[in-house]
Amino acid sequence: MKDPFIQNNMNRKAKFYDKFGFVLTLLCAFILIIATVSIYLFVASKGLATFISDGVSLVEFLTGTEWKPNRSVEEGGPVFGTFPFIFGSFAVTFLAALISAPLGIGAAVFMTEIAPSWGRKILQPVIELLVGIPSVVYGLIGLTLVVPFIRQYVGGLGFGLLAGTIVLSIMILPTITSISVDTLRAVPKEIKEGSYALGATRWQTIYKIIFRASIPGFITAVVFGMARAFGEALAVQMVIGNAKKMPDSLVDPASTITSVITMNMGNTVSGTVENNVLWSLGLLLLLMSSFFILFVRFIGRRGRMGS
Amino acid sequence: MKSQTADKIATGVFIAIALFIVSILIFLLGYILFHGLAKINWDFITSPPKFMQAGGGVGPQLFNSFYLLFLTMLITVPLGVGGGIYLAEYAKPNKITELLRNSIEILSSLPSIVVGLFGLLVFVNYTGWGYTLIGGALALTIFNLPLMVRITEDALRSVPAEQKEASLALGITRWHTIVKVLLPSALPGIITGAILTSGRVFGEAAALLFTSGMSSPILDFTNWNPFSESSPLNPFRPGETLAVNIWKINSEGLVPDAKEIANGASALLVLAVLIFNMTARWFGRFLYRRLTSSK
Repeated sequence: MKDPFIQNNMNRKAKFYDKFGFVLTLLCAFILIIATVSIYLFVASKGLATFISDGVSLVEFLTGTEWKPNRSVEEGGPVFGTFPFIFGSFAVTFLAALISAPLGIGAAVFMTEIAPSWGRKILQPVIELLVGIPSVVYGLIGLTLVVPFIRQYVGGLGFGLLAGTIVLSIMILPTITSISVDTLRAVPKEIKEGSYALGATRWQTIYKIIFRASIPGFITAVVFGMARAFGEALAVQMVIGNAKKMPDSLVDPASTITSVITMNMGNTVSGTVENNVLWSLGLLLLLMSSFFILFVRFIGRRGRMGS
Repeated sequence: MKSQTADKIATGVFIAIALFIVSILIFLLGYILFHGLAKINWDFITSPPKFMQAGGGVGPQLFNSFYLLFLTMLITVPLGVGGGIYLAEYAKPNKITELLRNSIEILSSLPSIVVGLFGLLVFVNYTGWGYTLIGGALALTIFNLPLMVRITEDALRSVPAEQKEASLALGITRWHTIVKVLLPSALPGIITGAILTSGRVFGEAAALLFTSGMSSPILDFTNWNPFSESSPLNPFRPGETLAVNIWKINSEGLVPDAKEIANGASALLVLAVLIFNMTARWFGRFLYRRLTSSK
């Protein structure tokens, strides 16, 4: 009996399966494109409704500092200034990156240059476990540990940008570390050896040779970390205090874009202006996350062109 | 002499950073397990939560977490493997492939709350299902699919080219080569990756708040008919997961022992993630040995 899958005498059945398999996997792949496109379309259509059909001014939305969705018409009607939330998101993101970048890059240097054998063996699983801890657990630890600590030793209620920054900086540490490790490992061995052969110390080699070659990679690492911090919702919401105003200090309760969406999406009625404004914030979040990706692309391309 | 001192100081700083990070992890795990394990007992993991009074458990939430994981993987694995096969075996360097790779990159770095919002719009409101487990599973699929595709593609690409060429040279069709030659050798990588992504799905909450919901109906664990309202297996019912529950009891604060329940639930979550991590490693090695030596 002939094997039905021999191509020379390829019978109809084998031919059919070959085509069928191709179409099947193509469909699976297309679902990814459909999902991406529809996320943009759906979120944008809801998010833009605020400005198109509800008549909220885009400038007022982005720069206004007053958030009073239920103010009566006599007092001037509801206002939707989201600047405090946008400010909160950027503040925690940049501050977390400021703390995490030196730690993450330092850990990466330790894993690749100082102790490449045992250092990596210990730190690699540590980093993987830090990624694995769910964000609500980070939020809970922030709530039960970081917030009371700040309340006691720094001041205020404990909730606020500082608490959010601390929680986020631990959460983005693995992202920054692992991308930095990949970057450092890609530095050609020859230039390191050349530096050592010239009599440079390890620190001089790291600082003058390896760091210089790795700057685009480090920027990529930090931007990816910032993207994660910017989009993180629950852990931040649990420790930020959720006050809908501009914070006076780092220990004054504040809000971020994600915390406002998390808190209010469930309590507002679909189709109302207040609900639509939340979708606009969602759209803003989507655009920011796309911006982070584009930025990383740009850095990657420039890095390649330079070398 | 001076540069030697600088070198010593720098080395000291790098070691200090590494020690600091290791101690953060030890401290976090120690804190979670120390506070949580005291709470975990058979009653806690099987009994339903109590409303407004202390002493409730997380039984339904724990079940929902596993069931949701099962539903998600049921959708993600076939789609992800299919997409991965396409990228590894069929995709030509053209515009569509580029679009596909961009989609994967965008999807994998989307904030999970945005995926949750999309899920609310499409799987909750548009379909008219309301908050359902299947809606949650579909939202998690969006967030998990890019990873599964990448894992499959990498696993297929790491199969030695000789194996594939030998099969094609024998006149076997492409599809038959993929199914009978490539997939079996890539299987350990795919399964290991799938288990690792399970940990991520298990701990996810932000994408589920508005898709599978923050409540769980009273479940009758003797009713295994998936079409019945009170059956735990009904995918068209709301299903609060363990991770969502931790968030909810902390932000609502209606239960007097919220802190203890949250600690217990966190320890369960972290234990689950640890188990997924270790199983993935062990299973990958085990399968690799089975598949390479027995044949």
